[in-house]
Amino acid sequence: MSLVRLLFYVMSFIAIGSALYAALSKNLVRSIFIFFVTLFALAGLYVIALADFVAVTQVVIYVGGILVLILFAFMLSGRETLNVIQQQKGKFVNMAKVPAVILAVLFLAVIVNIILKVDADNLPWVKQAIAQKNEITPANSTIENIGINLMTTYLLPFEAISVLLLMALVGAAHLSRKEGSA
Amino acid sequence: MISLTDFLLVGALLFCTGVYMIVSKRNSIQVLIGIELMLNAAILNLVAFGKYDKLNNGGQVFALFAIVLAAATTAVALAIILNVYRRYKTIDPDEIKNLRD
Repeated sequence: MSLVRLLFYVMSFIAIGSALYAALSKNLVRSIFIFFVTLFALAGLYVIALADFVAVTQVVIYVGGILVLILFAFMLSGRETLNVIQQQKGKFVNMAKVPAVILAVLFLAVIVNIILKVDADNLPWVKQAIAQKNEITPANSTIENIGINLMTTYLLPFEAISVLLLMALVGAAHLSRKEGSA
Repeated sequence: MISLTDFLLVGALLFCTGVYMIVSKRNSIQVLIGIELMLNAAILNLVAFGKYDKLNNGGQVFALFAIVLAAATTAVALAIILNVYRRYKTIDPDEIKNLRD
């Protein structure tokens, strides 16, 4: 077993384990902070998938931006937030959660079935990419290529997303104004 | 190297964890975390397939776009959650039944 494979198993175990903990934990604060761990492990998985720039962006935007935002919202929404969670303590198996578990497990069964049926490694275009040496190898760096592509091939989506980001920013600022001036 | 199927299976597990969180949680912030988990599973799939596109980098570029979109979504969603909290003094999605009166 190669080192990369070992790292992949470790990273995916941490990612899935911490995601499950975040899902099952009754404590909101704990579930937010364990989500940090999930995001870092996912950044590690992106590195293993040879997308180092995406991994760095993940750490900067998700961990630095989104999680701090979530923490802000949690702290601004006060004590009432925690009361909801305290109510459902005590019972070992919570009957209200059973439909959600059934839904998630059935969804998982469907997706896994499809993944195993598709057999992604033998798709025609993937084989073609390997044959034409259009595959990213650990030796080459992708960042300059991403920069060039972002400004040429993907210029239209890039501009669309910049306008959308501006709209979201203005919308968020408008929504969080004080009630009186609305 | 690691095969595509491995990445897809990890993504599927994360996605279903997100589905479970969205359906079962009684707190809007945890529902939001579930949505972020599902988005991350999708980004993982984009990145895993993007390995086979060295010339155009399609997968990785759109993974970047998805991350930026997630940031925009979260900012708006949290503003909405704070507004809802101000009005109802709770952020339990089950309790919020009225539109603006």
